[in-house]
Amino acid sequence: MAAYESSIREPLIRGEKNYKQITTDIVRSTEGVPPLSWWLATGVAGTFAIIYILCVGYTLWEGIGVWGLNKTVGWAWDITNFVWWVGIGHAGTLISAVLLLFRQKWRTGINRAAEAMTIFAVICAGQFPLIHMGRLWLGFFIFPAPNSRGPVWVNFNSPLLWDVFAISTYLTVSLLFWYSGLLPDFGTIRDRAKSKWRKAVYNTLSWGWTGSAKHWQRFESLSLVLAGLSTPLVLSVHTIVSFDFATSVIPGWHTTIFPPYFVAGAIFSGFAMVLTLMLIARKTLKLEEYITIAHVESMNKIILLTGSIVGIAYITELFMAWYSGVMYEQYAFYNRALGPYWWAYWSMMTCNVISPQFFWFKKLRRNLYVTFILSITVNIGMWFERFVIIVTSLHRDYLTSSWTYFNPTWVDVMLFVGTLGVFFTLFLLFSRSFPVIAIAEVKSIFKTSSEVAKKKQAERLQRGEDDSRVLDDDHGHEHH
Amino acid sequence: MAERKYWKSIEERNFDEQAFTAGHSREFQEELPTANDFADLNLDGTNATRRDFLKVLGFSVTAAAVAASCEMPVRKSIPYLIKPDEITPGVANFYASSFYDGSEYGSVLVKTREARPIKIEGNPKSKVTNGGTSAVAQASVLNLYDKYRSRFPKVGGEKSTWEKLDGEVISKLQKIKAEGGAIRILSSSIISPSSKAAIQQFIAAYPGTQHVTYDAVSYDGMLNANEKSFGRRVIPSYYFDKAAVIVSLGADFLGTWLCPVEHCERYARTRKVTQERPEMSRHIQIESYMSMTGGNADTRIVVKPSQEAAAVLYLHSKIVGGESVSLGGIDKELDAVAAELLAAKGKSLVVSGSNDENVQLLVNAINNALGNIGTTIDYAAYYNLKQGNDVQLKALVDDMSAGKIAGLLIYEANPAYNYFEAEKVKDAIAKTDLTVCLNERVDETSILCDYHAPNHHYLEAWNDLEPKNGSYSITQPTIEPLHDTRHASESLLRFAGISTEYYDFIRNNWQSVFASQSAITGFGSFWDYAVQNGVYDKSPEAINVTFAGDVNAAVAAIKGSQSQGGVEVKVYEKVGIRDGRYAGNPWLQELPDPVSKATWDNYAAISYQLAEKLGCSNALFRSEKGFGVLEGRGNGTDTDVIKVVVNNVEFNLPVIIQPGTPQDTIAIALGYGHTQAGKTGTNIGRNVYSLTGLAGNTRTTFATGAKVSRVDGKVYPIAQTQHHHTIDDGLQKRPLVKETTLAEYKKNPHAGNEDREEVLHHLKTLYGYHTYAGHKWAMSIDLNSCFGCGACVIACTAENNVPVVGKDEVRRSREMHWLRIDRYYSGTPDNPSIVFQPMLCQHCENAPCENVCPVSATNHSSDGINQMAYNRCIGTRYCANNCPYKVRRFNWFDYQNADSFKKGTFFDNEHDAAEMNDDLTRMVLNPDVTVRSRGVMEKCTFCVQRIQEGKLKAKKESRKLRDGEVVTACAAACTAGAIVFGNVNDANSEVAKLESNPRTFKVIEEIHTLPAIGYLTKVRNRKEEAKA
Repeated sequence: MAAYESSIREPLIRGEKNYKQITTDIVRSTEGVPPLSWWLATGVAGTFAIIYILCVGYTLWEGIGVWGLNKTVGWAWDITNFVWWVGIGHAGTLISAVLLLFRQKWRTGINRAAEAMTIFAVICAGQFPLIHMGRLWLGFFIFPAPNSRGPVWVNFNSPLLWDVFAISTYLTVSLLFWYSGLLPDFGTIRDRAKSKWRKAVYNTLSWGWTGSAKHWQRFESLSLVLAGLSTPLVLSVHTIVSFDFATSVIPGWHTTIFPPYFVAGAIFSGFAMVLTLMLIARKTLKLEEYITIAHVESMNKIILLTGSIVGIAYITELFMAWYSGVMYEQYAFYNRALGPYWWAYWSMMTCNVISPQFFWFKKLRRNLYVTFILSITVNIGMWFERFVIIVTSLHRDYLTSSWTYFNPTWVDVMLFVGTLGVFFTLFLLFSRSFPVIAIAEVKSIFKTSSEVAKKKQAERLQRGEDDSRVLDDDHGHEHH
Repeated sequence: MAERKYWKSIEERNFDEQAFTAGHSREFQEELPTANDFADLNLDGTNATRRDFLKVLGFSVTAAAVAASCEMPVRKSIPYLIKPDEITPGVANFYASSFYDGSEYGSVLVKTREARPIKIEGNPKSKVTNGGTSAVAQASVLNLYDKYRSRFPKVGGEKSTWEKLDGEVISKLQKIKAEGGAIRILSSSIISPSSKAAIQQFIAAYPGTQHVTYDAVSYDGMLNANEKSFGRRVIPSYYFDKAAVIVSLGADFLGTWLCPVEHCERYARTRKVTQERPEMSRHIQIESYMSMTGGNADTRIVVKPSQEAAAVLYLHSKIVGGESVSLGGIDKELDAVAAELLAAKGKSLVVSGSNDENVQLLVNAINNALGNIGTTIDYAAYYNLKQGNDVQLKALVDDMSAGKIAGLLIYEANPAYNYFEAEKVKDAIAKTDLTVCLNERVDETSILCDYHAPNHHYLEAWNDLEPKNGSYSITQPTIEPLHDTRHASESLLRFAGISTEYYDFIRNNWQSVFASQSAITGFGSFWDYAVQNGVYDKSPEAINVTFAGDVNAAVAAIKGSQSQGGVEVKVYEKVGIRDGRYAGNPWLQELPDPVSKATWDNYAAISYQLAEKLGCSNALFRSEKGFGVLEGRGNGTDTDVIKVVVNNVEFNLPVIIQPGTPQDTIAIALGYGHTQAGKTGTNIGRNVYSLTGLAGNTRTTFATGAKVSRVDGKVYPIAQTQHHHTIDDGLQKRPLVKETTLAEYKKNPHAGNEDREEVLHHLKTLYGYHTYAGHKWAMSIDLNSCFGCGACVIACTAENNVPVVGKDEVRRSREMHWLRIDRYYSGTPDNPSIVFQPMLCQHCENAPCENVCPVSATNHSSDGINQMAYNRCIGTRYCANNCPYKVRRFNWFDYQNADSFKKGTFFDNEHDAAEMNDDLTRMVLNPDVTVRSRGVMEKCTFCVQRIQEGKLKAKKESRKLRDGEVVTACAAACTAGAIVFGNVNDANSEVAKLESNPRTFKVIEEIHTLPAIGYLTKVRNRKEEAKA
């Protein structure tokens, strides 16, 4: 990736670094004893993860009735959480695949953590389609496997079946992408390892990575292939999730705008979650020099873009409801804004449409506190978006006689909070055992986008020399 | 060396021929390792070989497979050793019988499976109920299996034997007789000639005995008025079918009044509008609470309870003449009513639900003046259903309190619950030396009596009934008595020292009926004929009655009693619970009230104006429009509680804002607040019988001068099944139901349904439509003859094993009814009209539920049924979400103990709210219908088991299915015949003809679901649409 880069472009690796220093900085978090704050955080997250498991057990033992659902509202927090988590995952894929294909260098600082986030989010998301089943123990019916139960087969017309394929493909490809990217870094950790067992573990994890040219060549090819495979997934997974609603007949669900609207929303929420995580990670793991304000600003720009797309989608929905002339459609949107769930709708509007507009201002875009608060706000808004779509559409559909209201139970709440626990537990474990920044990838932009390189480039320019090759080939090779 | 050995290899050289030959006889030449492998199993010495191993393997795998694949062992199912002649396992038998609960009568067919009754159908041979059934008749089968029935004779509250009970009771009776003490038999109305004869036998044996009859909801005022008017203390037949103008003054004749099934059936005949006969009756309801009948009326006039008498007086003055009082604003409306009645002389009918004999006397005078006696009112075929005498009951209670009564026998009556001074009754019973209760159930009265000689349930007993003069009816047992019970009349015979079986007693008694006819010779044939048909009718002798009532006295009495006093309280009966006798029936507790759609409770139904005045801001139905549009979250919210002080009695009651209630009136249902009604009925709601005190000679149904206030900070959970009450969503009126007026319909048969043409025009598809080669099942529901009574809901529940979920789950909007009746108000909240719309699976051809199921658990059958494969269902609930009609029901919990993880095994199943999962109650389940487990979606199947049965029957007889041969449970139960089921592919079928009726519309057809259920536009016989 050592293409020419203008010297006035902001550096993506700050400080007086060299290759060795980069390795040390990043691998440091996996070495030594984690600090007290990590133990506390893991303890809290782990507690919620255990609560989650207990709540799942309780649901399975008693029945779905322990949730707040009713005859009219058959999905509520369960599918809201599902869509929310799947959406969050999308940022990881976008960063690792699409930005790779677009040769965006700033992706290197965040792709590893974002991909991990994707996997953990998809794991959390995948829980809900499972546990929302009335009879989970027969859940294997959804797999199109040859069986001895007579000529029964799955229904390929059902968007829920498409979900099965979409989510499982997504998890598989994301996992592969993430893990194959980790191979050279595992090799690096192994090479630095002092103890025997640590060496053995990371050697196994690295699949015997030696760093030979052939390895690198295959690694690069695989990355490209997986990026190629993942890119359509960025669009297709959430499109298919949106089909869960779009293919139905329920006013507020039955709409063709959903695929792009859902994809934009997914990227929106995903980037917000990446920011939430990275802002904490860069501080606690002392990675400010690798996850720079420039990274944050880039992500905030994407949030501004996708948030505005989502906003336009909301307004388009309102317009279409009016313009369609369909009374049920008109009421569905009237009810969203002014019905008993008005607070959910306006929470969504405030968090998703109004709050990202602050990022038009460069000062706010580069302010870490503002970014952190807004990143959380956006995810609250995106949770409400799914809640609004699912619950406010369902609770008052065609027949006025069947209109009801949904109230969550403590089990609904704890299942959601519980998946947050599961997610953070996994992420915290990840942050202390795997390199949270892709070492090899960051090094690949060192020659063009680091502060060291920029400085040299500036010096050369001042001297009137060619500034396209700023670092010597041997520079920074001290780490082996 | 015997022989030189040549060898080609070392192996051959070392080859041991002997060992080889020896080994050859074995399958494996080497030592098999089996013994070692099984060493730890102590198989040494068994010489287990491969074959043994395979045997063991085969057996254990098979055993494991058998054990594992049978999720539930079949228990308690024993094949017949000697099969009874008439029972074929799997084939239902039907027996004609008769239902009578002390208040309502029905001639029924009882469906039995493997000798247990599971379903009640109407008997079309009856001239009274004419094949119709009510919700309570449908639900009566569940009472048979009620575990709170009294199961054995009790002496002093302890289990005893009949010998001991009979011995003690007889000796005490003899003692009373010897001392010349007074004995009383207190009963609800008895319509059995043989039971009456048994009572006479008892009286003959104990001459100091008198028989006192009372009805919990009294018709004594009517009986007295008829006696004074026509010299006959009877209630005549009302022929609603012959009436062109029907005026009901507070009589809920379609729901609870007198003989609702008969009225319903006759009334429905006048409400069926066709192009050939575009005529219908005109029904005006003048009432003081929002009744189901009032909701069906063409014109409804709201008066306060105390004004009902004044309204009668006003009509009387306009029609007959004489004095009158003004009712203010509604005088003009009453003038119009009077004019309409006068224009329909001889073909009109005025009925009143009042228990004031003066009011009833004026009603008689009006009917007399209109020439209705002998046309729409028939004194020859009078009813026996109501015989109660309120004064006699009061005298009895007073005598008992004074210690004047030595012996009391209670025959199917519960005065300790439904007398207006229940405490006084309880004391009086304690003061009476001998008290014998002959009730079927454990109730408030039976626990106070010294002896409880439990009665049979009607499905276990022989009996004869004469609901109407000349209409006889036989009750025949359909099952051996489940418990150690005895027919109450047989108990009386025993006490009288007569040892005849009650069955023989009835037969003897029927000799006189036999003698009165000549068509059938031989008593045996005659009896068999009557038993087989369930009914026997003979034409009653014609009776000429002439009106001789003292109108002036009645007018004066009414004028004198016009006390207007503040807030008034009206008590009424609910369609399901009635006078309280069905409080223990879970099906009926969960049946939503037709109007309020509330279950499992009674409450103060008040107007929104009164709610505002009282500051009931938490009340349900709250809104500026009075209907609850756009406001309120509905399910799960609580309602305010008010304190009502009236006649020195104080009640705390939850509030429901009921559109159509007079402004300063509170309507409260009777029949709740039991202290002894099983788990289901005990402590549900409040008992308001104390308001039905004597007014003059008869018990009243309202009280005036109530003091009402809101109980601060107190709320109460009410469980309703419908929370939004109109088709108006706040922006537009949705075309869910369609309505027109008769005048419009005469001009244009498409009236009210004009938009359908355009809707159909826009329905286009690229894919083409599916063609159904054989049958295609469809249904038509006439909104004009659906009165909302709920018989279909209970029939569906019974037929399809629909679980009862209990109040808490209903509050969470999780009721399981496959068929519900949506109730939509129109007009103003002060006085709305109602359209009832039975809503069930529409069996859409383009079913939105089908394509979204990931496992194809719901799919379309080749004969047009949207079917559910419960075994395949994994419970994603997407189908229910995507159902525009919201008719799919999910098993949130294991309501019916059907789970494969059987929870009741280790813990109590707390989701069995109504205790319906014990072995006794489960006997009511229909074995043809799967009991659904937790996590499974269910819904209406068009009674696929009935369709299948019909198809098989036709196949066996090698013929085509005939139209009307297969009838769904709901259609069969509908007294009014509003539901028609059949094959639309048969052009001659009724349903196919209705499909092209210009009144037919389908609900939200524009989304192209292609429903199989068509609804017929509601037509009201009304001059103009009520001002919206």
